[in-house]
Amino acid sequence: MAVNPNPRNNDTDGPRSFELKAASFTLPIIRLIDNNIEAVAARLGAKVEKAPDFFRNTPVVIDLSSLPEGVGAGELPLLVGLLRGYGMIPFGVRGGGKEQNAAAEALELAVLRDSYVRRGKGASKAEEPPPESEVAVDEAPAPQARASKQAASPRRSNPGFMLITKPVRSGQRVYASGGDLSITAAVSSGAELMADGNIHVYGPLRGRALAGMSGNLEARIFCQDLQAELVSIAGHYRVSENIPVELRGVPVQIFLDQKILRIEKL
Amino acid sequence: MARIIVITSGKGGVGKTTTSAALSMGLAQRGKRTVVIDFDVGLRNLDLIMGCERRVVYDFVNVINKEANLNQALIRDKRCDHLYVLPASQTRDKDALTKEGVERVLNELTQNHDFIICDSPAGIEHGATMAMYFADDAIVVTNPEVSSVRDSDRMLGILSSRSRRAENSEEPIREYLLLTRYDPYRVLSGEMLSVDDVQEILSLNLLGVIPESKAVLSASNAGVPVILDRESDAGRAYNDMVSRYLGEDVPHRFLNPEKKGFLSRLFRG
Repeated sequence: MAVNPNPRNNDTDGPRSFELKAASFTLPIIRLIDNNIEAVAARLGAKVEKAPDFFRNTPVVIDLSSLPEGVGAGELPLLVGLLRGYGMIPFGVRGGGKEQNAAAEALELAVLRDSYVRRGKGASKAEEPPPESEVAVDEAPAPQARASKQAASPRRSNPGFMLITKPVRSGQRVYASGGDLSITAAVSSGAELMADGNIHVYGPLRGRALAGMSGNLEARIFCQDLQAELVSIAGHYRVSENIPVELRGVPVQIFLDQKILRIEKL
Repeated sequence: MARIIVITSGKGGVGKTTTSAALSMGLAQRGKRTVVIDFDVGLRNLDLIMGCERRVVYDFVNVINKEANLNQALIRDKRCDHLYVLPASQTRDKDALTKEGVERVLNELTQNHDFIICDSPAGIEHGATMAMYFADDAIVVTNPEVSSVRDSDRMLGILSSRSRRAENSEEPIREYLLLTRYDPYRVLSGEMLSVDDVQEILSLNLLGVIPESKAVLSASNAGVPVILDRESDAGRAYNDMVSRYLGEDVPHRFLNPEKKGFLSRLFRG
């Protein structure tokens, strides 16, 4: 059937009155550098004069992130009035402190978070992982951040730290972005650990461990039982074949000394 | 509500179908209403091992596609009233297994059964992931050799991430290890990984060790699940496994070479 004569039949809930969707927009942002409203008014006036049509009925966001905490809350109503006077539609603030946000809310302005656009997208897809899933345990061939995040049950008590209490299996990848990774179980051969900071493994380490992923030369790997396929600090690596026999199966730390990878018994 | 058990391994030829047949028969003999489903669409074997290949009319894919209802496709085992077999389709491929279809069939089966055994195909592709997706328990069948152990390890990783329980953040799938084709003599001579070696790598709950046995092949050829062969060590080991799965505390057998008497040594060489 090429054409449905009555599109309403498609909808089980009766006639469709609206659709809920999410979209992202690019908006001009006015970033306040100081709270001297007269200076702002003078500069803004000059700008608007050059291109009055550009600013007419344009929605704008006020960025407060450059102002010190608490400063500018009192000036916000003046600024909003000023913008409206030039034909703009101020509709939200971002980067404000508690007091500034409260002032914005009193003016019926939206308080936007920095990740507003990304969150907006996320809301349309129910299964999109929450933002903290930037730390994710990935299945190598089919990255499913949300599903595999639970795989090894990483716990992130504070940013930059990740704890895994279940074995990391062959083919699983764990990446602790921006911090340390601790594992209290075994890491199988074929598994891959990555961290921007240090890596601690309290079970046998049989897979790969890559610390200092973002180039941190100070990062170290600590493990109770070294049987790794490959260890690497900030890109300086050593494969299993080049790890001396006497260092295998014992507690060691691995670190960079003058850009040379060193493995030392603990 | 039935408990859904997937028999999986990653690697082929390790004994998944033999184990599926043995476990389902063992549970059914203990009075549990059991159905065993062959997920190996296109390469079906379970019907042969169960000895019901000449009674297949409709199959799993027919039920998924609503070309037949469950009662038409389920084959009742002639040896045990509590056991049903749902055969795979031989003429289709794994893509015929849709998540919705599999879920619908499992939901329907769960009404009237205590256990649903899913015999997974080898590999980690669609057929295998479908077989494990809805599972409550997983029995990972492993041979005592390195490639099988690594594949099992990989499978365990997938089990803990790509299942319904994982995706809904429910209690994770209960995972059990079953070592098959175990030969204590070769372990003793260092040719084969020992139970402890495998346990150290996989750190799993050991459900059983099935010794390498000629009885398995002859049982397969005869279409009789090897668990029915009470004379064979493999049959007895599978029986122990079923008891253990149901919570009984049964010591592991067949881990060490039998002590041969002087006469048997003399005669068997």
